[in-house]
Amino acid sequence: MTLLKVTGLNKRFGGVVAAKDVAFALEAGDMLAIIGPNGAGKSTTFNMVGGQLRPDSGQVLLAGQPISGLAPREVWRRGIGRTFQIAQTFVSMSVAENVQMALISWHDQIMSVGARAETRYRPEALDLLDLVGMRADADRPVRELAYGDVKRVELAIALASAPKLLLMDEPTAGMAPKERAQLMDITATIARQRKIGVLFTEHDMDAVFAHADRILVLVRGEIIADGKPDEVRSNARVKQVYLGDMGVAAAMRARRGRV
Amino acid sequence: MDLSFIIIQSLSGLASASSLFIIASGLTIVFGVTRIVNFAHGSLYMLGAYLAVTIVPLLLDVDRSLPMFLLGVLISALIVGVFGALMEIILLRRIYHVPELFQLLATFGVVLIVQDLVIKIWGAVEIPGPRAPSLRHGVFIMDQRFPAYELFLIAAGIVVLAVLWLLMQKTRFGVLIRAATQDREMVAALGVNQAWLFTGTLFLGAFLAGLGGALQIPRVAINTQMDISIITEVFVVTVIGGMGSVPGAFIAALIIGQLQAFGILIFPKITLVLVFLLMAVVLVVKPWGLFGKSDAAAGRAILPEGILSLKRFGTVDNIVAGLAIAVLLALPVFGDNYMVKVGIEVLVLALAAFSLHFLIGVGGIVSFGHAAYFGLGAYAAGLLVTKGGLSMEPSILLAPIIAGAFAALFGYFVVRLSGIYLAMLTLAFAQIVYAVCFQWVEFTGGDNGVVGVWPSSWASSRQVYFCVVLAFTLSAIIALRHAIYAPFGYALRAARDSATRADAIGIDVRRIRWFAFTLSGAAAGLAGGLYSFSKGSIDPTMISIPMSVDFLVMVLLGGIQTVIGPLVGAAAFHSIKDFFMPLTDFWRMFLGASIILMVLVFPRGISGAAASLTDRFKPAPKPAVAPS
Repeated sequence: MTLLKVTGLNKRFGGVVAAKDVAFALEAGDMLAIIGPNGAGKSTTFNMVGGQLRPDSGQVLLAGQPISGLAPREVWRRGIGRTFQIAQTFVSMSVAENVQMALISWHDQIMSVGARAETRYRPEALDLLDLVGMRADADRPVRELAYGDVKRVELAIALASAPKLLLMDEPTAGMAPKERAQLMDITATIARQRKIGVLFTEHDMDAVFAHADRILVLVRGEIIADGKPDEVRSNARVKQVYLGDMGVAAAMRARRGRV
Repeated sequence: MDLSFIIIQSLSGLASASSLFIIASGLTIVFGVTRIVNFAHGSLYMLGAYLAVTIVPLLLDVDRSLPMFLLGVLISALIVGVFGALMEIILLRRIYHVPELFQLLATFGVVLIVQDLVIKIWGAVEIPGPRAPSLRHGVFIMDQRFPAYELFLIAAGIVVLAVLWLLMQKTRFGVLIRAATQDREMVAALGVNQAWLFTGTLFLGAFLAGLGGALQIPRVAINTQMDISIITEVFVVTVIGGMGSVPGAFIAALIIGQLQAFGILIFPKITLVLVFLLMAVVLVVKPWGLFGKSDAAAGRAILPEGILSLKRFGTVDNIVAGLAIAVLLALPVFGDNYMVKVGIEVLVLALAAFSLHFLIGVGGIVSFGHAAYFGLGAYAAGLLVTKGGLSMEPSILLAPIIAGAFAALFGYFVVRLSGIYLAMLTLAFAQIVYAVCFQWVEFTGGDNGVVGVWPSSWASSRQVYFCVVLAFTLSAIIALRHAIYAPFGYALRAARDSATRADAIGIDVRRIRWFAFTLSGAAAGLAGGLYSFSKGSIDPTMISIPMSVDFLVMVLLGGIQTVIGPLVGAAAFHSIKDFFMPLTDFWRMFLGASIILMVLVFPRGISGAAASLTDRFKPAPKPAVAPS
């Protein structure tokens, strides 16, 4: 069954059309990138899938179940983990505690006043941190980490609920080039191993063309192209309105790197 | 009710709306530019009134005419304006970048100082003001007599609105104020001299407060409670209108004026409650007021003000805690009556401060009206014993339940808001409780309260009652402390650190805050219940704003970043108060100055200062990279 199926999503903010009949689908284990110029409606589309925004019309189906209009925490409960454009972590807690918090919530123990939180699900949290290469920093306060590492911790938090789908809004924004490639590699590996679908937006064309299985090009709220990286790269309309010469060069570079 | 009556009533509503607007516009402009909610705005209003009752009669002696009256009013307002500018230069300038809670407290420090200054200069008795020449008569409107001065006030409000509009639209200063209200960083980036803009804004805001106060002198007798009574009303007006919005303040003042004018006919005793209820409803529908905009808090998460790291007790901490408990246990055996009395008070206040810290330090919920739940617990216990015929034991157990129920009711609205609006709403709810306890004389004894709240006979000796208090407070504090370390406390802290992230991992942020608010209210209620039996009486000061501020000061004094800080703070604060208060006539001034000093010099409190002191004596950490 299709993991994520989005049909006819519409959203207007006053006179601005942020999403117009947006429709796409995503299979388990695939990475789908949404690209487009600033203000194209990437984040709007994203937030409608994640529950932060309620669409004016249209439907979002996760493994056949409608999820549009649900609150973010309910969307999460149904199997969508998410990372944010500006990393959102619990700055007063340690790296491990951040992940433990997600595990505690996943096991419905938020309201518990029993045993101390720091003793719960620690081995599980350390395993997740191992996955993203942050185990050595488990007991450091998360606020001391470099931004690239915070992003990795965020990925571990998102994975704590064993999600079917990962939503990553600009996963590499604000990171150094080397860190970007690392994070995308980790994400791609985990996604393929665990059959997790990944929906991400990204400005870095290197990251997009190197990792996405499919690319969706959004301009002014409308999808103007949807296909494999090669198809999108050679799409005349995309070249004209978005990628331009520089973007195509980056796309070519990424392909060479991949082969 | 005939038509003429309705017209007269709405005209008098307009007159008070006009006064409210003049004062509120100043507060809202100052907030828009500086992002500081100036608690001392009410004090500036009071200063305006006191200056006017001094200056206006002098001028009227020269020439008993309306222009002289107005000149006196203007001079008074100008002096207040200068006072405001000085306040900006001396104090506010230093606290623009500290958290809201500290700003509110620092400006409340000014309130305390001004109160004592006014009493020192003008005395505590009410002063009737002179009437305005040529406006002493009544005007007949549809055969009903209406005071001419009230009509004049309506006109004054409209004139102020027009002048402010011109100022904002046509002058460079006004454009800068509007620009800074929208985006302070951008104005700074454009090279505007911020210092003068801010000083000028404070001058304008204080001038408006002073003008509002000076214009009151023919209407009301000037007294030393004017500051607090007006500031709560003005807070309501600016919050309903949207903080920073002058048109919003105008509309809100009109609504409040009419609500008061007609509300007094239907519910004469609870107009204040009506006003606060309106505010609660508006904030639930529009969390930033009618014309306010949300503070877009973009960028990386800033470090919250509160508990940052939970340390488990080490050996030293365990020894200190054990010693403290041993001293407490020894107190009824070896201490004299006075020490036992102080011990009871410290324990009760420590629980109240700890419960407040649970909200602020862990939950990031800055309650400015925590005395409401303390007071509700005290009143519940006191009234159950004196009027309900219950004995001490069930009353003490019911106190936290009743206070918790009210906390659940108020908290339901409170947790929908954030930041300064949340603080204002908690203040509003506290004032509702205060107003009801103050005005419902038959049931609560009004101003005098109720006496005869005595413990059961077995606990009537101070020593035994001390043990009762110790058992209750200690177990409540230990239970609350445990909750901080349990998943519940962690989730609450998670919601404080990043509500977005908390929501994205399945935490129902509002629900967890609501539970915390209820729990904290119940704990404060228990403290209040225990307190009422130790005093033997209840009275409205237990619910008043100064009481809420005392709790906040205890939390800050102890140190907002540590778990046990508020316990240290409560002990230190109460001991200082108990020692100094009988020695000086200027306790408020002393307290106010101490609060300001604390905000400026020791923002991390006693525990914070102690922690940095121990850090200093620790061996310096080895450099990460060995020098080559």
